[in-house]
Amino acid sequence: MLSADISTVLPELILAVSAMGLLMFGVYTSKDKAAPLILWATAGLMAVLGLWIAVAGDGAQTAFNGAFVDDAFSRFAKVVILFSAALILIMSQDYLAKQNLLRFEYPILVALAVVGMMMMVSAGDLLALYVGLELQSLSLYVVASMNRTSVKSTEAGLKYFVLGALSSGMLLYGASFVYGYTGTTLFSDIVASVEGEHLPIGMLIGLVFIMTGLAFKVSAVPFHMWTPDVYEGAPTPITAFFATAPKVAAMALFARVVFDAFGATVGDWSQIVALISVLSMFLGSIAAIGQKNIKRLMAYSSIAHMGFALMGLAAGTETGVQAMLIYMAIYVTMNLGTFAFILSLEKDGKPVTDIASLNQYSTREPLRALALLVLMFSLSGVPPMLGFFGKFWVLNAAVQGGLVWLAVAGVIASVIGAFYYLRIVYYMYFGEETDPLDRPTSPVLWGVLMVSAAVMVLGIVNMFGVEAMAKAAAVALVN
Amino acid sequence: MGIADFAFYVFAITVVTAGLFVVVSRNPVHSVLWLILAFISSAGLFVLLGAEFVAMLLVIVYVGAVAVLFLFVVMMLDVDFAELRGEMATFVPFAILIGVVLLMEIGLAITVWQFADTAQSSLMSAAPAADDVQNTAALGQIIYDDYIYLFQGAGLILLVAMIGAILLTMTHRKDVKRQDVLAQMHRDPAKAMEVIDVKPGQGLS
Amino acid sequence: MAEFFSTPWGIFVIIVAQCLAVVAFVMISLLFLVYGDRKIWAAVQMRRGPNVVGAWGVLQSVADALKYVVKEVVVPAGADKPVYFLAPLTSFVLAMVAWAVIPFNDGWVLSDINVAILFVFAVSSLEVYGVIMGGWASNSKYPFLGSLRSAAQMISYEVSIGLIIIGVILSTGSMNFSDIVRAQDGAYGFFSWYWLPHLPMVFLFFISALAETNRPPFDLPEAESELVAGYQVEYSATPFLLFMAGEYIAIFLMCALMSLLFFGGWLSPIPGLPDGVLWMVGKMAFFFFIFAMVKAITPRYRYDQLMRIGWKVFLPLSLAWVVIVAFLAQFGAFGGAYARWAIGG
Repeated sequence: MLSADISTVLPELILAVSAMGLLMFGVYTSKDKAAPLILWATAGLMAVLGLWIAVAGDGAQTAFNGAFVDDAFSRFAKVVILFSAALILIMSQDYLAKQNLLRFEYPILVALAVVGMMMMVSAGDLLALYVGLELQSLSLYVVASMNRTSVKSTEAGLKYFVLGALSSGMLLYGASFVYGYTGTTLFSDIVASVEGEHLPIGMLIGLVFIMTGLAFKVSAVPFHMWTPDVYEGAPTPITAFFATAPKVAAMALFARVVFDAFGATVGDWSQIVALISVLSMFLGSIAAIGQKNIKRLMAYSSIAHMGFALMGLAAGTETGVQAMLIYMAIYVTMNLGTFAFILSLEKDGKPVTDIASLNQYSTREPLRALALLVLMFSLSGVPPMLGFFGKFWVLNAAVQGGLVWLAVAGVIASVIGAFYYLRIVYYMYFGEETDPLDRPTSPVLWGVLMVSAAVMVLGIVNMFGVEAMAKAAAVALVN
Repeated sequence: MGIADFAFYVFAITVVTAGLFVVVSRNPVHSVLWLILAFISSAGLFVLLGAEFVAMLLVIVYVGAVAVLFLFVVMMLDVDFAELRGEMATFVPFAILIGVVLLMEIGLAITVWQFADTAQSSLMSAAPAADDVQNTAALGQIIYDDYIYLFQGAGLILLVAMIGAILLTMTHRKDVKRQDVLAQMHRDPAKAMEVIDVKPGQGLS
Repeated sequence: MAEFFSTPWGIFVIIVAQCLAVVAFVMISLLFLVYGDRKIWAAVQMRRGPNVVGAWGVLQSVADALKYVVKEVVVPAGADKPVYFLAPLTSFVLAMVAWAVIPFNDGWVLSDINVAILFVFAVSSLEVYGVIMGGWASNSKYPFLGSLRSAAQMISYEVSIGLIIIGVILSTGSMNFSDIVRAQDGAYGFFSWYWLPHLPMVFLFFISALAETNRPPFDLPEAESELVAGYQVEYSATPFLLFMAGEYIAIFLMCALMSLLFFGGWLSPIPGLPDGVLWMVGKMAFFFFIFAMVKAITPRYRYDQLMRIGWKVFLPLSLAWVVIVAFLAQFGAFGGAYARWAIGG
């Protein structure tokens, strides 16, 4: 029985054990000099595990009396998480090395955070959910404040920690209500213990608090306050990491909880999700307009995007989940490209994040400017880029789920949001002449940027099979 | 009233009183000492419940380790508690508001609380069936067999906390002389020391 | 009369009598231990030691105790009075309380609880409060520094003591002292005891016990040449006596633990000879003799070395040992020498 359990969690186990092994290797050899080696080893391992899960995973198994669920849904999320985390690791090497921040603990913490995320998306139990979430969050708090000589970085870490701890507290408070009603923490038992269309009052309070805690993690309004400061303060590669893998994990966890544990009473949570979705879309779009720092801008952008992803969830249908997964996959790809671009912005060897410094970028780097143009169009949802199809999917799901008002609000919000994405394009092509930025040299960043932009254009043909995978995942979750 | 009841009231009253004094003590060190009393009394309550293993762990972990850390912190940090209290006053209305909201929710939940039909059986299924298992062994079975996944996950969290603490605080200062115990032990007196015969009136050149 | 002892009051009287018996044993031993400690120390240094009060000076400790009791208690002006007096009481009472679960012979134990070993561990982890409170309440720099030093020291070595104990618990499958001793009862007498399978841990436990009880060569808290007298500087008369008595009782407790955990408690070393309380007392006296010898012949450790050896040597070693014992016990290595659940628990 235990060996069957272990073979089910083997990917997580391998990643955790290798992280510990690499930690020992780093401590007992050359410390930070071994960092590039450890970084590449971790990234390679994550990519291999991602491939393995994508290819070899089949069917649905549970392990540890249901605390761990391995199904198509969790595999989809895990593949996205693993690949994006591996890419971010590789992208961050040059930047961190230049900033003198390439500590050997960094890839190990990222690997442990990824283990936490994999536990999150596979959670079949409130306790497993919480343990995974804490493992992920704690690693993220640490990497956020990794640049400890910078006031902004430590502030980012502290803010993230305090608010994250608060949200964990709310989640636990909610979980205790649910446990108090049902006497169990297992999702399958929770959903089985509810009879009728509506949740009893105690469960409802529990649900609200659990969703509050999760909304903190996906940075949905009104629990988004930490996002801009943390995005701005953390070193840029770490911001890129925040914007991608953890968001996917938190979103998948959100879907997992509402469908697996509360799937019988869709009406009760769908209205809450719809509300935070519409708030996130509007706040993200409007507040981003005044931003001068591109990292803060990306923070608001991610808040708005989370709103759209939640819209798919709010529909409460299989199509909705599929739309959410597709949306997240596209969102991650776009963000990887955009952050690859941001990482390469330098002036006199120092990183720049000021939007105004992009003035006339197109005259000096036409290809890069074009790639960013594609990405910005895609982020704002301009057809025929892939981002448009992502938005189309969720809007379609909302309409099908009977939430026409939400879909209309989404369209309005995305029109408002287009303004600030296009502003960046405007600066690049029509801005005033300023001091030129350094010529970027990193081939990795160039590659990620170009591939990501190319995907945005080419993906419209068939989305590289993501649609079918998301469909299978959604079927596994909803039924 | 049997001895067990009497002991229960003694411990329970002590816990509540000590808890009260934790809050009202003016001296933070006294607060920690009252807290320790509260811990020990709650350990007594656990013993009365028949959970002697948990009781001992409570004493070892909370009193023996955590409270010592608290004591160290309040003794060594130069925290002006009066000032902190003064600042706190500005947040009191807000804090009361949150507290009232949370209390209302609990009240709401309690007054109209209902249990799921399956709740009782779910609760029972977690405990080992046999009556003759000692509670230490029973806990071991639950933690290391049934919940091994969560136990190991919690272990990973602690590992991250440790890495984080080291990463964020440790500095390797290059300009500090460090002791190398092995090097000291393997020092050769013949190489480290030189005996010089100084002639009177000449000194060392 | 016989019926009386089965009524609640009768049981109460019996319990009180048993408690008194143990307390009396410990207190009387204490007098002679202090005397013995000084005599051994003196002998190593080629002095005569106490020799005036009573024959060969055996009543010296009684005289000292009397002197402490009748002296005036001096309380520093800035002291936090309640805590100041609570500290020596804590340290003395806790040292006594741990004896409640120590068996002197098969069944000769005040309270035969399941988690006896954890109880002793919990109580000894509380002893640090006597030190911290004493140092802090004196409201004086030297005692405070001394108390911080010794608190850190006691906590550090508690960790490795705990891990060493886990090895023994793993082998026995029980946390009850009587079970632990019974598990060591074998056909080979002396060689069936735990000291042989757990040999490295015997040394670690002994050294950790020295550090935990602030005995030389780890007597940093007192370090009379550096810190005057550590956390007890401002104490005099009876409170000081309580501190000192508590310290000696804790040392004696460690001797009892040594003999229970590793040297078969009341079991006879030679198969065939009867087991009994005399063996237990003899073993405790022997370990006290070793404690006294170590005090006499070793120089004091430097503080950073003390911390280094605690955290960087003892902790990894004892941690590794727990894992090794777990494997050896699981797979029944060495004819089941590490897995004695059948006879123990």
